Amino acid sequence: MDTSALKRTPLYPLYTKYGAKVVEFGGWEMPVQFSSILKEHEAVRTRVGLFDVSHMGEFSCVGPGAMSFLQELVTNDVFKLVPGRAMYSPMVNASGTTVDDLLIYCFTPTEFWIVVNAGNIDKDWQWMNSLANHHEVTLRDISSQTALLALQGPLAQSVLQRFTPVDLSTIRFYRFAKGDVLGVPCVISRTGYTGEDGFELYAPCEAAEKLWSTILADKSAEGVVPCGLGARDTLRLEATLPLYGHELTEEIGPLEAGLHAFVKLDKESFVGKDALAKQAKEGLSRRVVGLVVKERGIPRAGYRVFQGDKDIGHVTSGTMSPTLGEPIALAILETPYTSVGLNVEIDIRGKRVSATVVETPFYRRSKETPKKRDQGEDRR
Amino acid sequence: MSQVMQGLKYSKEHEWVKLDGQRATVGITDFAQAELGDIVFVELPAVGQQLKANTTFGTVESVKTVSDLFAPLSGKVVEVNERLQDSPELVNSSPYEDGWMVVLEVEDTAGMNELLDAQAYEAHIAE
Repeated sequence: MDTSALKRTPLYPLYTKYGAKVVEFGGWEMPVQFSSILKEHEAVRTRVGLFDVSHMGEFSCVGPGAMSFLQELVTNDVFKLVPGRAMYSPMVNASGTTVDDLLIYCFTPTEFWIVVNAGNIDKDWQWMNSLANHHEVTLRDISSQTALLALQGPLAQSVLQRFTPVDLSTIRFYRFAKGDVLGVPCVISRTGYTGEDGFELYAPCEAAEKLWSTILADKSAEGVVPCGLGARDTLRLEATLPLYGHELTEEIGPLEAGLHAFVKLDKESFVGKDALAKQAKEGLSRRVVGLVVKERGIPRAGYRVFQGDKDIGHVTSGTMSPTLGEPIALAILETPYTSVGLNVEIDIRGKRVSATVVETPFYRRSKETPKKRDQGEDRR
Repeated sequence: MSQVMQGLKYSKEHEWVKLDGQRATVGITDFAQAELGDIVFVELPAVGQQLKANTTFGTVESVKTVSDLFAPLSGKVVEVNERLQDSPELVNSSPYEDGWMVVLEVEDTAGMNELLDAQAYEAHIAE
């Protein structure tokens, strides 16, 4: 593999020290695992793990027209944002399929951050700038200056609290605060992509190594486990959080992906509204559902799904669920085949295995940990 | 550093073979299990099936990927490691012992000469 064109995060030089296996992901050289995907997965479900997700893109969006620009750009209702709140939203094109899914952070009514998927940074940058011309707004790509660490798991708050004067218990789910962590100015956000409680820390690149090394050296929670993208994927799949390129694509829109709560068709206007409103009115021809495999075999992205002789769709993501101990999948299926309890068959490399449509998420954390409260619809 | 056992023969596809008379025990190497990561599923052929050298005889799946198993020799499957059905992680923890996969009855052991010895396999994985 020619790795010369691949990008690296500021933490790349430390990967080897922590035992990382490095793979190509969306144009980046990223750790797929440090110790073992299963061990890292379990650490996040039961204790705490630390991820380097500095490959994610960050754009600042500033100006008197920033809010109206964002309102037109994405499907969720940006006007609901107030300083200190974050919001998840899909971003669609005129035909209602997905350009990307992203987080918006509101610092002031005229200052925002948009956090996008690593593999879509260039595409999103062009897409947003073409729309920004019509608004009083200045976009700046701050990705290369911004590191992002995700501390995830039930013990995330108690570990992070040792390193910051900010009272973390005051930051509720999908809220954030600016504050020092180890003396480094950070954006501390109670968000994540694992289905557990946790924080994401946006920090200057030059401080990334200090944050990473110090947090991992903490022994208060039996040790913080460094985690790679492999565990990130199994964790998010159990929590049924969509992954761009799988459940959301240039072919699959947010309604088909089941993200109705993040598509506000009562907004005055936004890119793709007409197409999505038409889908909603006429009914969706296909939908993403959860499947649990009842036989031996692991479904993978792209595998076809059948009922009898009829091809009814395909798997968008699949894995052996570490928490459930069963193979699980998300699949986009024709609507008549999406009822919970229905039996279907997945073609696993030429062999049909039976699977059942189930309620999602596959995994939901217990209520004891601080979580959604009044933000029932936000997630990521 | 991956462990390579002396006295075994190896395929370039990272299977090992231990020949005892006409019986060849086959598994995957320490290097292969480490590359795959946590193994969560192993699919093996049925006892009695005839395998042809260099064709696939099963699959091994880790959390992230699926990998085909290639028969290093031609022969008839006389035993499969049933423990791997419920404990596929044995391939990770003990690739050369508890994680063995099949035993073949080999008619013509000349195929062994096509395989790499430990030293050549070490050189192969160092590439």
